[in-house]
Amino acid sequence: MKTLLKSGAAALALTVAASAASAEGKLVLYHWFEYMPQEVLDKFTAETGIEVTMDTYDSNEAMLASLKAGAIGTYDLAVPGDYMVSIMAGEGLLDTIADGELKNKGNIQANWADPSFDPGRKHSIPYQWGSTSFAVNRDVYGGDIQTTDILFNPPKELSGRINMLDSQGEVLAMAALHLGIPQCSTDREQLKALNAMLVGAKQHWSSFNSDTAKEVLVSGDAAVGQIYDGFAAKAREEGANIEYAYPTQGYVAWMDNVVLLKDAPNRDSAIKFMDFLLEPENIAAVTNYAQYNAGVTGVETFLDPSLATQPEKNPHAKAGPGVFIEVCSEEVQEVYDQIWTNVKK
Amino acid sequence: MAGGAASGGSATTDTYKEARTWLLMPAWVTLSILVLAPVAMMLVYSFLTKEFRGGVIWEFSLAAYDQFFCDRGLFGDEPCTIEWTYLQIFWRSIWQAGTATLLSLAIGFPTAYFIATRPEHTRPMWVFLITIPYWVNLLIRTVSMKFLLRDQGPLNDFLINIGLIDSPIHIVNTNFAVQLGLFYSYLPFMVLPIYAAVERYNFSLSEAAADLYATKWVTLRRVLLPAVKPGVIAGCILVFVPSMGSFLAPDLLGGAKNFMIGSLIEEQFKGNAGNWPFGAAASMILMTMVLVLLLLYARQQARAEKAEG
Amino acid sequence: MATSKSAKFDIKTYGGFKAITMLCLLVLYAPLVVVTIYSFNASVSLTNWEGISLRWYVDVFTGPESEKFKIAALNSFVIAIIAATVSTMIATLAATAMIRGGKFKLRTVSFGLISLPLMVPEIVTAVATLIFFNSIGFDRGLMTIILAHTAFCIPFAYLPISARMQGVEDTYEQAALDLYATKRQAFTKILVPLMMPGIISGFILAFIVSLDDFIITNFVKGAGVETLPTAIFGSVKQGMKPNIMAISTMLLGVSVLMVTISYFVSKSDNTK
Repeated sequence: MKTLLKSGAAALALTVAASAASAEGKLVLYHWFEYMPQEVLDKFTAETGIEVTMDTYDSNEAMLASLKAGAIGTYDLAVPGDYMVSIMAGEGLLDTIADGELKNKGNIQANWADPSFDPGRKHSIPYQWGSTSFAVNRDVYGGDIQTTDILFNPPKELSGRINMLDSQGEVLAMAALHLGIPQCSTDREQLKALNAMLVGAKQHWSSFNSDTAKEVLVSGDAAVGQIYDGFAAKAREEGANIEYAYPTQGYVAWMDNVVLLKDAPNRDSAIKFMDFLLEPENIAAVTNYAQYNAGVTGVETFLDPSLATQPEKNPHAKAGPGVFIEVCSEEVQEVYDQIWTNVKK
Repeated sequence: MAGGAASGGSATTDTYKEARTWLLMPAWVTLSILVLAPVAMMLVYSFLTKEFRGGVIWEFSLAAYDQFFCDRGLFGDEPCTIEWTYLQIFWRSIWQAGTATLLSLAIGFPTAYFIATRPEHTRPMWVFLITIPYWVNLLIRTVSMKFLLRDQGPLNDFLINIGLIDSPIHIVNTNFAVQLGLFYSYLPFMVLPIYAAVERYNFSLSEAAADLYATKWVTLRRVLLPAVKPGVIAGCILVFVPSMGSFLAPDLLGGAKNFMIGSLIEEQFKGNAGNWPFGAAASMILMTMVLVLLLLYARQQARAEKAEG
Repeated sequence: MATSKSAKFDIKTYGGFKAITMLCLLVLYAPLVVVTIYSFNASVSLTNWEGISLRWYVDVFTGPESEKFKIAALNSFVIAIIAATVSTMIATLAATAMIRGGKFKLRTVSFGLISLPLMVPEIVTAVATLIFFNSIGFDRGLMTIILAHTAFCIPFAYLPISARMQGVEDTYEQAALDLYATKRQAFTKILVPLMMPGIISGFILAFIVSLDDFIITNFVKGAGVETLPTAIFGSVKQGMKPNIMAISTMLLGVSVLMVTISYFVSKSDNTK
């Protein structure tokens, strides 16, 4: 017992010492899983001496929930999608970046410099942008896949072998496209139809999972997976015979952004890291890893040339529009929550 | 285990009678602050108004319980009818946990019995064999289970290779996979109490029954089983209660498509919904249900003891 | 051992029970054995076998996730040591009052309070603790995990300790008291040493429970604070990975080792 106590005390002292040593330059990042190559973090540490700690999440909603449940004030940066940036700004979870604070702000591509979800880029910088649609295993199904029917009204071969993202925003936006109704509709008939369609479509789905969206396609556990374009490209490279679809009804477009969180414990480090990510070479390394697209000028020379020709990055001529997920009012959101519960009950 | 320890007390003495308040003080203080106070706070939260997207507003509200019991339509403006959604989720949890408990009992009872009837010096080895897998993290065990069972996994490969089946058996992402996962998670909690009870059992009773020409199975049912019942019930409770609140098995093995109470509660704090009062209310209802169940058991235990004299 | 069939044993034997026991062991070990085998796979892919290799074991200690797991393992260890030590001390005192304190009014209530964390589903404890820390504005971090684990471990430490104390006659303490030892001396010099096997099993049980806990930790942990289970969860959420298989195999190895040691220790323990 005594020895146990002693070793316990020694271990505790070690931990305390370890955390004290790194307290000078720290950065705590709250990020999506499998979205940040370790080399980029190592390079940042080598350049600045700042040590980076990273926690991961698997959906915008999970990140928001965690921040609101008390994690705000412990992280410096997070990487929400477009609509979530507006929500977080509305919730007062974001800090404002003063003019001139980011010396590389000018590197942001013009079309991403003043987005509707963060006018004037007061809180955020672009991280990556891409699309969410779905990929189909071509060994299992040879027919036309350029339609949202594949997810919501699938052919027999695919029924029961579909993995959906465990993300209310992405599933409901895709469902709205399928029905041809506007997102966040306040029309009761449309909402009822949305509810009925989703509840009916559930029988075709085998699982809800964002984390394993790639893995289930590679392993063959699912024949269809709702998935992000770069993730689908990775799955294809890992050996899955899959094709990424751009349905004629439309698909979800998104941009993930690095935001400065309110009460960031290491605000200076955070600003440095944002500047670091605005340098073309660094963000290009992220793009090469995650296989999406950067929003920074001058990245082209650093990009893997094969990325540009990837089928996942090149919508065909008949592809529907790419739409961003909208932020619904509280009333509509409550209905959306109810629909989501009805689907998952 | 709970009931047994409460009632057992043959060696109870009053050596430290004067000091008992001081001896119990640390436990009282710790548990009051870290268990009772949080539960009380949770009760308070369940009667507060939800803040949109997570958190609470300090205003009294019955909305959480209303949402649980009242179906007011998709738009929340119809008169109250019985809400089946959450009752269905509760019922599914009871069903899944119950099936897992029965499965554990069906496998665990013979195992515990077999171990308890081994020669005395080999018994610890058998107990170790049962408990060793439980030193490996619960998550890893659950994911290992999934890895083994998947369509292209080793089990299906093996069965196809030996020609037993032609196409993979689909197990992952079914209710059965969840039951299997729960069974796998908590099996030793079934085996160990039953083992302890059978080990204490006086086999001369069985011999007496056999002398009276009772068959072995009649002896098992009429003589042994009543004698080891406390162990069996303790095992069932220890498997059933954690299974009820589980969210890992339904999430990892069930494909997260059918809520169990655990996942429903988790979703309120960590996922899409962000409705804290509702999560607190669902937790209160779950806790009340389990405690009532245990209270009924304890009362029945006490009555049985009284009957024995 | 199964062959020892005297007439007396026959009444105890039920056909099929042995088969079910073997089935039970098969079910318990099959997933872990499969994972152990695949942890030696040279391939990056989980399903293709490309020969035997130790690369994933090297990866655990030097790979990109090694730092994270090292810190997480250290955190887990520190938390488990503190939580198990404190809860064992609390449980020992409480057991003394409960078993050696005579009959008293609050006995049942106290027992209910002590076993409450066992009777309430873990998710409820987790939610309640989260709400509690949140409402009193307690910053979540290592400390919140230690506090939550300490409370949660008390019943796990209490059960073996009280079971042992019921089995230990109070004659030695009485003898010491007759020889004018104080109550305190009787407790520290006689009862506690006699109780040691129970206290150690209580400590070990509490230690394992703390080390393995995921649900409560996941709710009360602070940003960037990982324990081994939460780090593993962060990793396996995206599916089984070869380095996790290697970790699993090592955990299995350590547990077999520890169990073997404790087996021999208990064999040499004559007090039983």
